[in-house]
Amino acid sequence: MIPLSWYLTLSAALFSIGLFGVLSRKNAVAILLGIELMLNSVNINLVSFWRYGDITQMAGQVFSIIVFAVAAAEVAVGLALVISVYRRRNTVIADEIDMMKW
Amino acid sequence: MTIELLIWLIPLPPILAFFLIVLFTNRNKALSHSVAIGAAFLSWLGGMIVFVRALGFHELGKEPFISSINWIPTADTWLKIGVLVDPLSAVVLFFVAWTVLMIFLYSVGYHNFGQPVGDHDQPGLPPQGATLDEHGHKHMVPSIEPMYSRFFAFISLFAFGMLTLVLSDNLLTLFAGWEIMGLCSYLLIGFWYAKPAARAAAVKAFMTTRIGDVFMLLGIVYVYSATGTLSFREIFQPQVLHTLATVPTPILGLSAAGLIGLLLFIGTVGKSAQFPLHVWLPDAMEGPTPVSAMIHAATMVSAGVYMVIRMFPLLSLDPRTMTIVAFIGAFTALFAATIAVAQNDIKRVLAYSTISQLGYMIAALGSGAYVAAAFHLVTHAFFKALLFLGSGSVIHGMEHGVLHTGEHVDAQDMFNMGGLRKKMPITFWTFLIGGFALSGFPVLTAGFWSKDEILASTFNGHIAVFITLALAAFLTAFYTMRQITLTFLGELRTKAADNAQETPWTMTVPLLVLSVFAVGAGWVGIPEWFSGGLIPDWFHEFVGSSLAVIPPAIPFNLIPLLTSLIVALGGLLIGWLVYRGIQTAKQDFLQIPVLKNKWYMDEIYNFLFIKPSYWFAETFVYKWMDKGLIDGILHLVGKVTADIGSTIRTYFDLPVINRFFGDGTGWLIKWTGLNLRPIQSGRIQQYMLASLLILLLIAGLFYYLLVMGIIR
Repeated sequence: MIPLSWYLTLSAALFSIGLFGVLSRKNAVAILLGIELMLNSVNINLVSFWRYGDITQMAGQVFSIIVFAVAAAEVAVGLALVISVYRRRNTVIADEIDMMKW
Repeated sequence: MTIELLIWLIPLPPILAFFLIVLFTNRNKALSHSVAIGAAFLSWLGGMIVFVRALGFHELGKEPFISSINWIPTADTWLKIGVLVDPLSAVVLFFVAWTVLMIFLYSVGYHNFGQPVGDHDQPGLPPQGATLDEHGHKHMVPSIEPMYSRFFAFISLFAFGMLTLVLSDNLLTLFAGWEIMGLCSYLLIGFWYAKPAARAAAVKAFMTTRIGDVFMLLGIVYVYSATGTLSFREIFQPQVLHTLATVPTPILGLSAAGLIGLLLFIGTVGKSAQFPLHVWLPDAMEGPTPVSAMIHAATMVSAGVYMVIRMFPLLSLDPRTMTIVAFIGAFTALFAATIAVAQNDIKRVLAYSTISQLGYMIAALGSGAYVAAAFHLVTHAFFKALLFLGSGSVIHGMEHGVLHTGEHVDAQDMFNMGGLRKKMPITFWTFLIGGFALSGFPVLTAGFWSKDEILASTFNGHIAVFITLALAAFLTAFYTMRQITLTFLGELRTKAADNAQETPWTMTVPLLVLSVFAVGAGWVGIPEWFSGGLIPDWFHEFVGSSLAVIPPAIPFNLIPLLTSLIVALGGLLIGWLVYRGIQTAKQDFLQIPVLKNKWYMDEIYNFLFIKPSYWFAETFVYKWMDKGLIDGILHLVGKVTADIGSTIRTYFDLPVINRFFGDGTGWLIKWTGLNLRPIQSGRIQQYMLASLLILLLIAGLFYYLLVMGIIR
């Protein structure tokens, strides 16, 4: 059986890629994509710890399902915001949306 | 009811009436005077019952009606409050009860009860008259006193004071009654307080009597410290008197008894208006005309004489004190009589005559004539009350005339009167009786018997006093006749006098009652030599029994009798002869400035005491002490405090608190804000990066701490 560390390495890699995407991409949609990657890496973590731990305990799977649901809702709201911002400001570049400062 | 309980109750109705009137009935004039007169009547009734019981009890001198209870606790004993009726207080109670009741009744008429409210009357001013529209034409009538109820409240309180004083069995309650009367005299003299003269007179009376009162209080304190008691009965025990007579004092070489007597006597000098504290009494005539004048002339001033008569056993222990008393009395008698002959105000003549007559009593007492002094006290109270009420009646009648005619004349100046006998017959006849009693008209009147007794008793021993008193008696008869002639006889000198009117029954009834006493009060003290032993000298035996040893009856002597006859009749005759032809003040040869101005006593006092007092108050107390010293200290304190404050402000408040903490805090926050401002770029990715870095930092820190084993 593939050891747990492989899954964890994959999860960490995926998380780092997502984080890098979030921090480096200018496009707001791409930032959202990065967030999705980070969420999914968390899911991998949850599921793999479930699989390698006590299988009778369903907490890992349940958590990952909750994360799916939250991610879906978040994507819906996030994309709606992006579209709204685009309509008003005619841009989806995150650096240009800087009204929330002093 | 035992007689002692009744005696306790006698002074109560007037004080209850005072509170009733002040608290409840002062809006209702009729109710107020009913309450006051009712109370006076109850006291009168009680007084008469006690008097009759006292007459029927032969051993009263030895065993007086006495009752006392503990009142004020002192260290190991009690100051007592109590009543005492011995023959002396019985006769004083008799005349006080009568005169008080008569004053109360008289006041109703004098203050124009039943008359309309005045047009322009104000509280604090005498009533100015009301316009009445009758039969189509207007005329002025007297108007009711605006502060009618207040007057009755005051005289009720006054009556309470007098009854307390008379019935008291010790010096303390006597002094309390004495001071209550002092207060009432102030209130009544200043009754028309809107008149500056009345205010000044009230203050003058209060201040002048106060001088006497202070010395009297000293005397009382001395008695208490020397004997440990204030009760008359205990002080007058032979061994106590003996101790007092033998203990020397450092002052003037007097014995303790002499000094106490002198101090108490100074109280009397103030209260009974003896020289040199007599100045308040003539000014007291500013009060509501006859009534307050009478209170100050017939009742209250008698209290002073009553007190020294009461203290006679103590007073008589030291011959030096007695001599002082005798000479002050005699001098006052003559001195006041000389002033009285030059006065034109009908009331002022009587005021000086009062001073003079009180001097008589004091002189008699100082000569050792205990009974004669008490006798003259009683007769004088009746006839002087009669004269004062009579003069009030005259003034009242004159005021009616003044209002009716609108003529602007002084209703109290005798030269504006004349011929009033036809206009005011009752007032005239009663005034005549009172005047003759005052002059000592032989045989008939009370004044003759009492004055003759005084002259007879001073003749044995004090020849100088005798001569002075004889002269004073002559002047008394003279100015009394002058007064009667100017007021009632001859022509009607003014239109106002022509329109004068007899006063209402409330005023004439007291006059009639008092004139009965002015005649009859003398018959109880007719010396036995006169009737050849047929009529006993009741007064002498009765009042004399108040003393431990009844003084012997004065032996018959022709010289004082003749003197008394000659001065009385001569004075009256000369007075009539001189003044029957005189119509104006200019014709009156006795208007000598020095007499008219009362020997300049007021001016002398003004120069000696009042001016220096003002100077002292102005220069020393006000300018030097108040302005200089006290204000100086205050200013210094203020300045030092201000300086300390200013220093703290400059060197601590402004730099440390304001600049460092106050401004510094603001500046620090502003500076911090400015420097933190760039962080707020508004760029989401920067925030996230920062969060990541800080998260890593914290994670690193935790990792380090875990590795180092600091936390676990």
